[in-house]
Amino acid sequence: MKILGIDASGMVASVAIVEDDIVVGEYSTNFKKTHSQTLLPMLEELKKMIALDLDTIDAIAVAAGPGSFTGLRIGSATAKGLGLALDKPIISVSTIEAMAYNLWGSADNVCPIMDARRGQTYTGLYHFTDTEMECIVEPCAVDITEIIEKINATGGSVTFLGDGVPVFQEAIADKCKVPYHFAPAHMNRQRAASLCARAEAYYLAGKVQTAAEHRPEYLRLSQAERERMEAQKSGQA
Amino acid sequence: MSDKEICILAIESSCDETAAAVVVNGRQVLSNVISTQIPIHTLYGGVVPEIASRKHIERINQVIEEALKEAHTSLDEIDAIGVTYGPGLVGALLVGLSEAKAISFAKDIPLVGVHHIEGHICANYIEDKTLEPPFLCLVVSGGHTHLVRVKDYGQYEILGRTRDDAAGEAFDKVARAIGLGYPGGPKIEQKAKEGDPHAIPFPVAKVNDSAYDFSFSGLKSAVLNYINGAKMKGETINEADIAASFQQAVIDALVGHAMHALDEFGGDKFAIAGGVASNGTLRAAMQEACERRGVRFYHPSPILCTDNAAMIGAAAYYEYMSGRRDSMSLNAVPNLALGQRVES
Repeated sequence: MKILGIDASGMVASVAIVEDDIVVGEYSTNFKKTHSQTLLPMLEELKKMIALDLDTIDAIAVAAGPGSFTGLRIGSATAKGLGLALDKPIISVSTIEAMAYNLWGSADNVCPIMDARRGQTYTGLYHFTDTEMECIVEPCAVDITEIIEKINATGGSVTFLGDGVPVFQEAIADKCKVPYHFAPAHMNRQRAASLCARAEAYYLAGKVQTAAEHRPEYLRLSQAERERMEAQKSGQA
Repeated sequence: MSDKEICILAIESSCDETAAAVVVNGRQVLSNVISTQIPIHTLYGGVVPEIASRKHIERINQVIEEALKEAHTSLDEIDAIGVTYGPGLVGALLVGLSEAKAISFAKDIPLVGVHHIEGHICANYIEDKTLEPPFLCLVVSGGHTHLVRVKDYGQYEILGRTRDDAAGEAFDKVARAIGLGYPGGPKIEQKAKEGDPHAIPFPVAKVNDSAYDFSFSGLKSAVLNYINGAKMKGETINEADIAASFQQAVIDALVGHAMHALDEFGGDKFAIAGGVASNGTLRAAMQEACERRGVRFYHPSPILCTDNAAMIGAAAYYEYMSGRRDSMSLNAVPNLALGQRVES
């Protein structure tokens, strides 16, 4: 089975081809260029390098969110365009879950934290048993203190990763009551190879979408929708 | 130009319409699919960029698939993909652009970036197969007001533009002020039919240092002041008269500048384009003024005036024929100037 993976949910742009437990190629950058300028040129380069015939892929995996709204849409639109043109299904994987999969087999609980601005983080909490990844806290947008409380409640040690680490380091030092670690450079940001590896289980379980069906999972309303709902609520009160 | 037919799949997502079309040789439209978001933005009194972007990604594949199906064609028959890369809302543009690039990459189909306003101008090529440059064109929409000299295919010179609000924007703001809601253009036009266009003398500001630039924010303020003044005096306002008088003031400015340009640059062809170009009263006034000068007046049908992808396909064809090809690093340029080429 051959899966093409795309992650443009944060600062990292990452593309990979994973075929039958082998990462045939992976290209990740964490650089101040828009994903519109990086993602497809990287995929083009990767395709050339590994002489990839796009028709041979089985599915396209995409980090569906949460993340930067615009980044998610560049990733999703790219996946949808590829899916439409190649007539391949989309495997939509949570960005948080795919990031947690970077740390497969970890003895610690794994907590990806992405900077969601406004003092919030996109996060979730995962636990590995034998070969299985279990979800303790589903991907969500919450205050950093909220996820730390849940981590404390588990009583187990935890490894944090993601671009929220530098942002929330103080809050973690201040509030985290269990032993904690920070993942090293090679596994502490989005990686399309992890996404593909995780996506394979989804594919085998039949959890795929058509390219037309796929849309990002923002976990947050737009500001205008939020304000409108608040106005309606206060109007009713 | 060669005899081979060039079939272009065009994609447009710069504002609040998700659109795709298949166009042959820039003039023959095989399909023109538009998925509008107007009902949702009406809730907010105008286009909300983040909501627009979200709606685009939910609809884009269906719209493209429908355009191919309606044209009885497939990507294997497509010679190039034309896509709007600016100007417009950056988040909205990026959806259509990323999609177009991915399709181009997957099927190895040449990619051609298109300027949205040039697309509007090229809608006239679809409407009238005999129209060829040079001609003068007035582009009026919710985001743009440009008086343009079309010197040749793909060659544009801006004579004038708005210094503040676009004409369509002024329609939206005045419509809101007199309680007509969004979108303002068609609502003002409808209301104006019951009113007297000469009831209230609203002034149209002249831009001192340019004969061809427009300014509509003063006119909008004059309307708002008139309404507030009447309210303070306890007078009831006549919305129909306000709508008619406001619309007349806009039309006077547009027609005045257009005729001035015809006097200076000559030519026997004048075209209009853009969403506001579907305003019947504006068309009639422009038609009459052109006829008086013996100038032929061109205007796209309403479906080609609104944001659509057929016009992008028309513009893409002439860009394609002139040799433009874009790479996978083509980015959205939200403030792309008319006539500007940002190649990748």
